[in-house]
Amino acid sequence: MAALDAVLEPTRTTSLLRLATAGSVDDGKSTLVGRLLHDSKNVLADQLDALERLSAERGLDGADLALLTDGLRAEREQGITIDVAYRYFSTGSRSFVLADCPGHVQYTRNTVTGASTADAILVLVDARKGVLDQTRRHLAVAALLRVPHVVVVVNKVDLVDFDEGVYRRVAEEVAELAAALGIEHVRTVPTSALAGDNVVDRSDRTPWYDGPSLLELLEELPPSQTVLEEAFRFPVQQVIRPQSAAREERYREYRGYAGRVSSGVARPGTEVVVLPSGVRTRIAAVDTPDGELDAAETGRSVTLRLADEVDVTRGDVIATAADAPRPVDTAEAMLCWLAEVPLRGGQRVLLKHGSATVQAIVTQLEGRLDLDDLTLHPASAFDLNDIGRVSLRLARPLPLEDYRRSRSGGAFVLIDPVSGGTLAAGMAREPGRSGGIEWEI
Amino acid sequence: MTTTTTHAPARFDQLDYLESEAIHSIREVVGELERPVILFSGGKDSVVLLHLAAKAFWPGRVPFPVLHVDTGHNFEEVLAFRDRTVERLGVRLEVASVQDYIDDGRLVERPDGTRNPLQTQPLLDAIAEHRFDAVFGGARRDEEKARAKERVVSLRDAFGAWDPRNQRPELWSIYNPRHRPGEHVRVFPLSNWTELDVWRYIEREGIELPPLYYAHERDVFARDGMWLAVTPYSLPRPGEEVVRRRVRYRTVGDASCTGAVLSDAATTAEVIVEVASTTLTERGATRADDRLSEAAMEDRKKEGYF
Ligand SMILES: Nc1nc2c(ncn2[C@@H]2O[C@H](COP(=O)(O)OP(=O)(O)OP(=O)(O)O)[C@@H](O)[C@H]2O)c(=O)[nH]1
Ligand SMILES: [Mg+2]
Repeated sequence: MAALDAVLEPTRTTSLLRLATAGSVDDGKSTLVGRLLHDSKNVLADQLDALERLSAERGLDGADLALLTDGLRAEREQGITIDVAYRYFSTGSRSFVLADCPGHVQYTRNTVTGASTADAILVLVDARKGVLDQTRRHLAVAALLRVPHVVVVVNKVDLVDFDEGVYRRVAEEVAELAAALGIEHVRTVPTSALAGDNVVDRSDRTPWYDGPSLLELLEELPPSQTVLEEAFRFPVQQVIRPQSAAREERYREYRGYAGRVSSGVARPGTEVVVLPSGVRTRIAAVDTPDGELDAAETGRSVTLRLADEVDVTRGDVIATAADAPRPVDTAEAMLCWLAEVPLRGGQRVLLKHGSATVQAIVTQLEGRLDLDDLTLHPASAFDLNDIGRVSLRLARPLPLEDYRRSRSGGAFVLIDPVSGGTLAAGMAREPGRSGGIEWEI
Repeated sequence: MTTTTTHAPARFDQLDYLESEAIHSIREVVGELERPVILFSGGKDSVVLLHLAAKAFWPGRVPFPVLHVDTGHNFEEVLAFRDRTVERLGVRLEVASVQDYIDDGRLVERPDGTRNPLQTQPLLDAIAEHRFDAVFGGARRDEEKARAKERVVSLRDAFGAWDPRNQRPELWSIYNPRHRPGEHVRVFPLSNWTELDVWRYIEREGIELPPLYYAHERDVFARDGMWLAVTPYSLPRPGEEVVRRRVRYRTVGDASCTGAVLSDAATTAEVIVEVASTTLTERGATRADDRLSEAAMEDRKKEGYF
């Protein structure tokens, strides 16, 4: 059945790309997202009807495409985005998960949320305004999180008469900032999200721009799962020992370690070490309910059987013996502080890394990032949305890795031990690493 | 003790990714909290969710119960399917009954007869009574614009309420389900799935669904631009003509407000083709309760709804 093959085939051949928007308030992020969905024919008839009805109720001339993602009552009332909206769409060649993030400084924690899982971040800049405070903050966040692809969208070019000079100046300004932040390979596109120029279709009103439309550019970005050569890491989530609860009699004695490959590839026969204990063994089998695998790549949830009866619990990490990280009980890290209450030196927190949660103390604030000069300055506290460097002491050793080398090995969150709230996004840093650019993690 | 088949998948495709992401969130929350439960209605999303939970703990059983908030307006075949499924997987079924609440006066039937909004109270009471601290649901972000704003792990306060203006950051795939006593989290492992992903997965995994998801002949009548089935809970009003049509359901909920769509799709493969070429969203096509107002879902969710 040809029709069915055509519909089934995309999931076998396309790769998923996760996108997030960023940039200052009102630069046109939600409008751009709406435009992408609309012009790529990913808005269905009833959504379009609802959109037109809603826009008319608000006395607008045409459909306000931002209302496709600004779905909360408060967002519609205020005309701003408050929290991330996730939208899903696909084109002939690729599927996208799109996180439309807020621009307002008060909601930066939501933008960090959207950007943390992104393969590509779209940083919008209003052609009339150029780089603003929030543009700087969001680019710094993108650099810190090491979002693999950064695309600068110079938007609202309709309001500067599609002027090449203005576009070049803004593009240059952003490129300089990105370079100062250590972001390489920034791509830039001039758009009008409102009118649709260069979003899905190339515009003939920007004859001086001969690059791809934004969507064409996104379709061509290298996919996310290309990290096969990275070292194997596997945070253990569950010990599976069914005993009398086995689904079948033959599994009564089964013992396996369930988790998701966080980097590298799991293969039977690989020499591994269990961290933090340091006990060595071998992967005996990579199990799934559908059968054993010869290889489980990054991102796959599986259950490992080990060759020896070793002591493994939730929170342990199974890693290739050859290049296993050393568990540490002190660390340096960059933080995005995301809580209303300020952080001060000496604060007690919980630290979650992979599937492990340990008690920790933020022993020292090493410096806070100044967004104007992009260097660290001494600070006695981190306030909401501050970025800075800290020293940590852990109650139990963890195999923290340098975030620059391994996103999953270096990423952690800080948690309030009383309320359970998430306080900060953390990125571990090789201790004592001296950097050329001081703020670089 | 060893499994028999060995296969090396050609590559890690989109469905593999979604499956692995969902299983990861399930294992993570179950690893952190004490008393999880899965909301299970027999609808396709909850069936997929339960299937994923079964895979997450294989070859063991799902180590926690499932909860059905029964509106009392169910299709018989869905209830039969529900019972068969929990039996097969060996999980315990808890039922919170909207009918009980109406019978003893704790809830009052709405003038429009719709019972979807009435589910919130029995749900929250069941959560409190069983002290459930992690409540898994099959909601997807692509269903509805308030749901598009949800975290995978989403905090509910002591009143079961969602505060969309003050959600917890959710970073990378490090889930934080911690909370104060009396609070709980809702967990949505299918957050990133679309309707089409769900159907493709059902096809790939050979998952059984209640038969009303496939085209069948049924007595229906038109109301609010939808086809409603003739059931004891949804009877035609004067002037609403009953006709026999070939239909199927895209969502399965309260029979009084869930519409069927005209369809000839009798197999999962045919449903996939149909869904891929549809011009309406599944809720737009089939849910009267979401048409009440622009923010109907947001308002219900703030009160503690699924
Ligand atoms: N002329 C013109 N106006 C635009 C363009 N893009 C967006 N706008 C308008 O700019 C205003 C803000 O647009 P939004 O899309 O809501 O901005 P945003 O970046 O999502 O704002 P936040 O999410 O609150 O940070 C709206 O009035 C849009 O219609 C454009 O390309 N040209
Ligand atoms: Mg916006």
